[in-house]
Amino acid sequence: MDTHAHAQASDARPVLEGPDIARVLTRIAHEIVERAKGADDVVLLGIPTRGVFLAQRLAAKLEQITERRIPCGSLDITMYRDDLRMHPPRTLARTEIPGDGIDGKLVVLVDDVLFSGRTIRAALDALNDIGRPRAVQLAVLVDRGHRELPIRADYVGKNLPTSLRETVKVQLAEEDGRDTVLLGAKADQ
Amino acid sequence: MSKILIRGARVLGGEARDVLIDGETIAEVGTGLSADGAEVVEAHGKVLLPGLVDLHTHLREPGREDSETVLTGTRAAASGGYTNVFAMANTFPVADTAGVVEQVWRLGKESGYCDVQPIGAVTVGLEGSKLAELGAMHESAAGVTVFSDDGKCVHDAVIMRRALEYVKAFGGVIAQHAQEPRLTEGAQMNEGVVSAELGLGGWPAVAEESIIARDVLLAEHVGSRVHICHLSTAGSVEIVRWAKSRGIQVTAEVTPHHLLLTDELVRSYNPVYKVNPPLRTERDVMALREALADGTIDIVATDHAPHPHEDKDCEWAAAAMGMVGLETALSVVQATMVDTGLLDWAGVADRMSVKPAQIGQATGHGRPVSAGEPANLTLVDTEYRGLVDPAGFASRSRNTPYEGRELPGRVTHTWLRGKATLVDGKLT
Amino acid sequence: MQRHLISAADLTRDDAVLILDTAEEMARVADRPIKKLPTLRGRTIVNLFFEDSTRTRISFEAAEKRLSADVINFSAKGSSVSKGESLKDTAQTLEAMGVDAVVIRHSASGAPYRLANSGWIDAAVINAGDGTHQHPTQALLDAFTMRRRLVGRDAGLGQDLAGRRITIVGDVLHSRVARSNVDLLHTLGAEVTLVAPPTLLPVGIETWPCEVAYDLDSTLPKSDAVMMLRVQRERMNAAFFPTEREYSRRYGLDGHRMAKMPEHAIVMHPGPMVRGMEITAEVADSDRCTVVEQVANGVSIRMAVLYLLLGGNEPAVTHARTTEEK
Repeated sequence: MDTHAHAQASDARPVLEGPDIARVLTRIAHEIVERAKGADDVVLLGIPTRGVFLAQRLAAKLEQITERRIPCGSLDITMYRDDLRMHPPRTLARTEIPGDGIDGKLVVLVDDVLFSGRTIRAALDALNDIGRPRAVQLAVLVDRGHRELPIRADYVGKNLPTSLRETVKVQLAEEDGRDTVLLGAKADQ
Repeated sequence: MSKILIRGARVLGGEARDVLIDGETIAEVGTGLSADGAEVVEAHGKVLLPGLVDLHTHLREPGREDSETVLTGTRAAASGGYTNVFAMANTFPVADTAGVVEQVWRLGKESGYCDVQPIGAVTVGLEGSKLAELGAMHESAAGVTVFSDDGKCVHDAVIMRRALEYVKAFGGVIAQHAQEPRLTEGAQMNEGVVSAELGLGGWPAVAEESIIARDVLLAEHVGSRVHICHLSTAGSVEIVRWAKSRGIQVTAEVTPHHLLLTDELVRSYNPVYKVNPPLRTERDVMALREALADGTIDIVATDHAPHPHEDKDCEWAAAAMGMVGLETALSVVQATMVDTGLLDWAGVADRMSVKPAQIGQATGHGRPVSAGEPANLTLVDTEYRGLVDPAGFASRSRNTPYEGRELPGRVTHTWLRGKATLVDGKLT
Repeated sequence: MQRHLISAADLTRDDAVLILDTAEEMARVADRPIKKLPTLRGRTIVNLFFEDSTRTRISFEAAEKRLSADVINFSAKGSSVSKGESLKDTAQTLEAMGVDAVVIRHSASGAPYRLANSGWIDAAVINAGDGTHQHPTQALLDAFTMRRRLVGRDAGLGQDLAGRRITIVGDVLHSRVARSNVDLLHTLGAEVTLVAPPTLLPVGIETWPCEVAYDLDSTLPKSDAVMMLRVQRERMNAAFFPTEREYSRRYGLDGHRMAKMPEHAIVMHPGPMVRGMEITAEVADSDRCTVVEQVANGVSIRMAVLYLLLGGNEPAVTHARTTEEK
């Protein structure tokens, strides 16, 4: 979420390409069905911006597998961030909770990159103000390590060992025109 | 008494001359005068004017000594080059009796920095309903000849007519604060484009112009003299011009701030720009300058209005109206009239000394700079350029709209009947 | 950088659209079981009301509390102010108690501007209505209401009000709502027409970025929104108009007049309404009248403003025009 800002396309190398992304999403979908025993009560909530698109793609795959409609929405965590005072106010994104709500459901949070864990901490706080899920799980496309909080993902597309001098940038067709995950050096170091 | 030789001064802005003061009078004006036995003041390049006369000063004493006293006000006057000021009547108590005007007059004598001529109120308590004892004030030691309810308008037409008629008996003059009260209820600033935007109550030009029109017609009808205080609009200029062309005995004054500042400054909501009558538009400012140059407006008067800090350090509506002006008047006139080519220094002497002295019948002031005249003189360094710093003011108050502004010219010396009250910019 | 919201005229088009977009997200919080966000936790906001205005004060208070700010309400009545304390001393006293922002309502035009620019205090200043000058959050909530109704909630995101025809009717002379709306609606691209008897229009209005008309009936068919301003009965005694009846007849909005408006057009009112004066009960209670919506929208807009001014380490609103124009 907060790590892909400064990567430059020129010196960054792709670590996942379009077909890889499609494949890992299919795998995660199967894992969710498996672990959630048919995914009856699953609600997918993507964290803006790119987590929302990943959630939508996952939902589509889950619907193919289960042949049922899978509720899918978005959860903006801006107002719950712990670093608000360190930056100018950020533009808010949309929180869209599917019609039946999240009470008693299995909520799967979806984000592109898992890094410090602070985004997920904020997301858990935000969820708390919206309802009481039966359980909350986390699906991420890339886990790059360097956790600062006791948080782990339940579904990981790719574990990507990185150094703190590197950046991970996820690009998705819906937002960026193509699917890829880039690993590069921080521009200002 | 001692002799003073002012060497090489440009008298009224003309050729360099030496001026010898002996005691209280000017002994000789010429070139190459002997300095023998005289203290010499080198004045090369500086302009020598007759001591300035202000027909409109608020000295605040008695009653508001927290903002100014006769002593601090006359020190401010001397700093600004003035040798005679007329003290307005809106004190506490109001100067509407012989007793109060004599008190002010006596305090002026004691100060020694500047002659103080009290102005008497036209009506009791400035309330506009009952004539004050104008004759008694005239016959008092203060010898009042100018009467004004300034701060308030003598708005009742009958009272104004009677006052104009009554003072003819002893050659007095009524100085009118032209402000139609109903049209200016809740007024906070000039009514126009800026007031519409800022949401501040408007003070329309017509509230001034309608009173001036009425009063010049009254003055014509009863054959009396009327003086218009702090004229502020282009329309007022037209009315006075018309009245003068008809031979009506009307004189008018303009303040330095109305020659320079406009209502655009109110956008800051800084009450230092709050004054009555209010700052007007650029068009008015230009008309006032032109009228002062062509003589339609006779004089510059400061309307020096000191206020304590707390009365200006607040929201606009709660703030007092008025600005101090004695110590910046000549600089503003130089900037707006001399440096713009509208008036020469002889013209400045006329508008700031000769004419005000005539209107106020001040003896010994506004006289030519020539042998045998009283040595009331002001020496100006016209080349000086500097930023206005209120911390250096002699006035007890600091409510100047010019803080931090660059203005030209600086009074370096003032002599009151041969006695220096200001030397090298420092009060004696 | 400017940290205050004093005048609607200070907002650029992008600032205004950002505030409206943010308010749209804030509005959704009202639909949640827990109508609260932790965003301004630990920040203290004082509502400094020198003039009675229960609805504006409550609206700000609701917004502040939904963002988890600590709220202090200060009303001049019965306080040190009624004992002669100056605005400066009151503000400095409150700031000494650690206030981060001051929401001020004052009867003197320019009081919030003075508070923000005189160096008296460091806190951010939000104008909640000053004299007959400005009421920027009212203009923002009005624009928000218009955008939702005329463009659409989601369709409106990122959009301004370009080409929308807004008519404002009534006592413009004494109205901070009218001034703020003219400024903001012009910035947002709307075409504004003011309708009032000439006595209730300020001298100098000719420079405002809007049209002025004296006749209501001819403007109604060309309006997408008609905003009725409150007319205080005491204006009648000051000869601004002859009688209440004549005012209602010429400038009041009744069902017959409302029928002249286009199908989609809405009726707005900043409240409190004087039924029977500028608006009839029939119009006030109709579906086209947005008065109640405006109140709800007011909370969302104020949350948005508070978030954008206080939510980060510096404000997100640029106020670029303050230096340009004035």
